[in-house]
Amino acid sequence: MPALDEGTPLFVQIAEQLADDIVDGVLAEGARVPSTNELAAFYRINPATAAKGINLLVDEAVLEKRRGIGMFVATGAREQLRASRRKRFAEQYVDPMLAEANRLGIDTDTLVTLIQGPGWHNGGSTP
Amino acid sequence: MTPTISATALGRRYRDQVALDDVSLTVEPGTVTGLLGRNGAGKTTLMRIITGLEFPSSGDLRVFGETPAENDSVLRRMVFVREEQPYPDFQVRHAIRVASWFYPNWDEDLAQQLLRDFELPPRRRIKRLSRGMRSAVGIVIGLAARAELTLFDEPYAGLDAVARQLFYDRLLAEFAEHPRTILLSTHLIDEVADLLEHVVMLDHGRVVLDAPADDVRGTGMTVNGPVTAVEEFVADRTVLRRQRLGSRASVTIADPLDLAAHDQARALRLSLEPLSLQQLLVHAAGVPADEKVSA
Repeated sequence: MPALDEGTPLFVQIAEQLADDIVDGVLAEGARVPSTNELAAFYRINPATAAKGINLLVDEAVLEKRRGIGMFVATGAREQLRASRRKRFAEQYVDPMLAEANRLGIDTDTLVTLIQGPGWHNGGSTP
Repeated sequence: MTPTISATALGRRYRDQVALDDVSLTVEPGTVTGLLGRNGAGKTTLMRIITGLEFPSSGDLRVFGETPAENDSVLRRMVFVREEQPYPDFQVRHAIRVASWFYPNWDEDLAQQLLRDFELPPRRRIKRLSRGMRSAVGIVIGLAARAELTLFDEPYAGLDAVARQLFYDRLLAEFAEHPRTILLSTHLIDEVADLLEHVVMLDHGRVVLDAPADDVRGTGMTVNGPVTAVEEFVADRTVLRRQRLGSRASVTIADPLDLAAHDQARALRLSLEPLSLQQLLVHAAGVPADEKVSA
């Protein structure tokens, strides 16, 4: 995910950050997720807000509740999140890049070279 | 479930001055509600009526479904920490002990822990404490009372940023482990914004906003970009403020934006900057009602 904008509701941000950790493998499948109170204390937010964030992921079947024990990362959650993020990749990352390239007059061939080569660090000058 | 607080058409007048005007609201059990507004907006008057220190001039106010004034069974279930709370000439430990007699759910271990956290000397006379430390005494009592309804009215006069953060952290931890209904009045809105579940804003004695904090966040945006593009984008929206610098414009709007609107903004190369709760409330208080409805 790109950096979250401040206008995003807090509970969505909580869900996104947990999802990031699952995609990165920091939170493995079957691992226990921090409780709402732990999240509330860590992010300094209202526990009800943290609970809303967790429920968002429960609704997507990314997290599952085990009664009396807590909340856990569901089996297959990582692949599910990766698949849904791949679907949004073009619109979130490629489209804005193409728009800026167009604005600067960088043609497609140059873009491809930039993506392929290491030369993209030095301000976009092609080898 | 009975709301913890419910006000219906509540009014309070002092001679020809109107402190509260047709205030209707409910506070649900187990929530943290922010009572926001400028000085003189009516926050303290409302809290004084809720805690039975004052009678309404008109309308109805219920706490736990009952009238609070002179109602011991209701008053014992709440604690009210006031700004600049006056104390008798006690030592800190005496004030704590007296408080412990009043509140059925009082937690002495918590009180002692909080005294250490805020570095309050138990044998110091309260009148010899600094303003910030006197505020801390009120905070210790307010939290250790573990009252079903806890009201803090600007509880941190003179407290520095570190002590305020300590207060927020302890408040949150206490609320998480021992849920209760908390009503917190403050003008340090951005500091407490994330702790709040619900927001009530008073202005000149009237309720101008009563909404879940999540709904309020993200309702205001400042749109920046070339004048023509910005004007195209805000054409059908509620404009709170307009600024222009040469060919660029910065316009603050009050409408929530859907995904299509975000796409449109991106296509027009506009940058969107969300307003903080504090900025939104400044606009809510500062813009006359008739301007709010005009686009």
